Amino acid sequence: MKKIFTRPEALKDAPNHYCPGCGHGIAHRLIAEIVDETGIRERVIGVAPVGCAVVAYDYWNFDCSEAAHGRALAVATAIKRLRPQNIVFTYQGDGDLAAIGTNETIHAANRGENLTVIFINNAIYGMTGGQMAPTTLVGQKTATTPSGREGKGHGYPLKISEILSLLPGVCYVERVSFQDPQHVLKAKAAIKQAFLNQIKGQGFSLVEILSPCPTYWGMSPKDALDWTRDVMQKEFPLGKIK
Amino acid sequence: MSEKRILMSGNEAIAEGAIRAGCAFYAGYPITPQNELIAYMAKNMPKAGRVFIQAESELAAINMVYGASAAGFRAMTSSSSPGISLKQEGISYISGAQLPAIIVNIMRGGPGLGNIAPAQSDYFQATRGGGHGDYRLIVLAPASVQEAYDLTREGFALADKYRIAVMILGDGVLGQMMEPVTLAGKNAGKPLPKRWALTGCKDRKPNVVKSFFMAEGGLEKANLDLQKKYKIIEKKEKRYEGLFLKDAELILVAYGTTARIAKNALFRLRGKGRKVGLIRPISLWPFPADAFRMPGRKARYLTVEMSYGQMVEDVKLSSGCAEVDFLGRSGGGIPGEEEIVNKVNRMMI
Repeated sequence: MKKIFTRPEALKDAPNHYCPGCGHGIAHRLIAEIVDETGIRERVIGVAPVGCAVVAYDYWNFDCSEAAHGRALAVATAIKRLRPQNIVFTYQGDGDLAAIGTNETIHAANRGENLTVIFINNAIYGMTGGQMAPTTLVGQKTATTPSGREGKGHGYPLKISEILSLLPGVCYVERVSFQDPQHVLKAKAAIKQAFLNQIKGQGFSLVEILSPCPTYWGMSPKDALDWTRDVMQKEFPLGKIK
Repeated sequence: MSEKRILMSGNEAIAEGAIRAGCAFYAGYPITPQNELIAYMAKNMPKAGRVFIQAESELAAINMVYGASAAGFRAMTSSSSPGISLKQEGISYISGAQLPAIIVNIMRGGPGLGNIAPAQSDYFQATRGGGHGDYRLIVLAPASVQEAYDLTREGFALADKYRIAVMILGDGVLGQMMEPVTLAGKNAGKPLPKRWALTGCKDRKPNVVKSFFMAEGGLEKANLDLQKKYKIIEKKEKRYEGLFLKDAELILVAYGTTARIAKNALFRLRGKGRKVGLIRPISLWPFPADAFRMPGRKARYLTVEMSYGQMVEDVKLSSGCAEVDFLGRSGGGIPGEEEIVNKVNRMMI
């Protein structure tokens, strides 16, 4: 009998620690599928963030580095410059990439480093208990904005992908969503594009994924998916930005 | 390799020493008084086929070094005091992940922005770890441009051997001063095979470089492994220069630039019949405690520093003396030869 669905070789047979309905599991799997499909498992190097995905290397079956909070793109820059034959990607959340690591993000992009960035935007700090992220929506209640985020004073949702798209060093930026299976397939195509760009030496590519966090949004997994579609996308429209 | 002597600044000698030791990656950020170092690397690393990056921040520079070392290459960054404070995050991660690296600190005045005059007031920060967590760096303190070159090369070998960060601790005088250098010296050794490095998992299980140990007992075990390594380093890697220690009744203790001044004072005092000696710690961690534990010695100690006595407690702990005298200035002042001679004369009345 023909086997039509199996665990990718690039994904370990390990139970993960993510909450029910979390988007990280989907993102990990898509990356693993693409690593298998492009045949790069033995030369890919992942850089894990600080945040909920801090132990992503426990789930991926290829070489990985930890990076200090926000510094993934500095770590990845050095690895890629020294090992141009390897495929190097970072996997970062909104706090990591767009708050504490904004400087590293903007400058790696501005140097046009030939890297792939998978950016998980769930509008919240998950690991630390649901505090305001740079991408938290105006009005969204978090542990540190108990009355809801206000633009003035708390800051407006930071559109880091749009900011990066202005830089000449950046090759490709697309925003995708995990709201339903069709969109997961679109997300996979975008992530694959970001890896293929690096394989072809085309430069800095970033895919932003609107990813559900039912636990800290205080919603059921189904409602969280709907919220990415009905609310998040108004602030963060989907599609190719560059 | 050329044996001829050439005139270089301390900053340039460290840079050339690194290149000749096989440093494959350098990232830095401009700060006085170490700017000649980054400029030398910008000019000469690409010529040697190596990677040079002017980083967007000190944080980025040290985290790039983390990445370079994780990828299995010899890597270095350099800065001066305020910049080294910023790098402490990365230094802690490098230490936790047991990555070899070279960090150069050409010290200037502090605290805060301080000034750009030479200083030695980062001694505590350098020798006690500097960032968060239970860790140590090997700290080497050159006192001449030649030694800056030699110790940088040796530092790369030590970093590889122990999978540890090595700090080259100089000051603004040493960085800027020009002296003749012989570009040979101690062998930096070939980079050791790094089976733990990130190369892509061809024909092996995946490697992970990390300092994060969440499982119960995991971090304690990792920290005990570090302590075991530090004990071996404390046993094997202490370095110092001793002068006239046998009959000395008063021993000057100084490192780096200050040791040069102390040495001049010592010769003047010996010329007048004063029984003075000198201990010049070359490794500040591990501190050369053995030099202070000679059986039968009854000497007093005078520590001379460009700080307000940060090394005094190491001298006390090593010598067992409850009282250790101190002469020092910081914030732009350098203890002079005359001041040392006068202080010793007063002490030896």
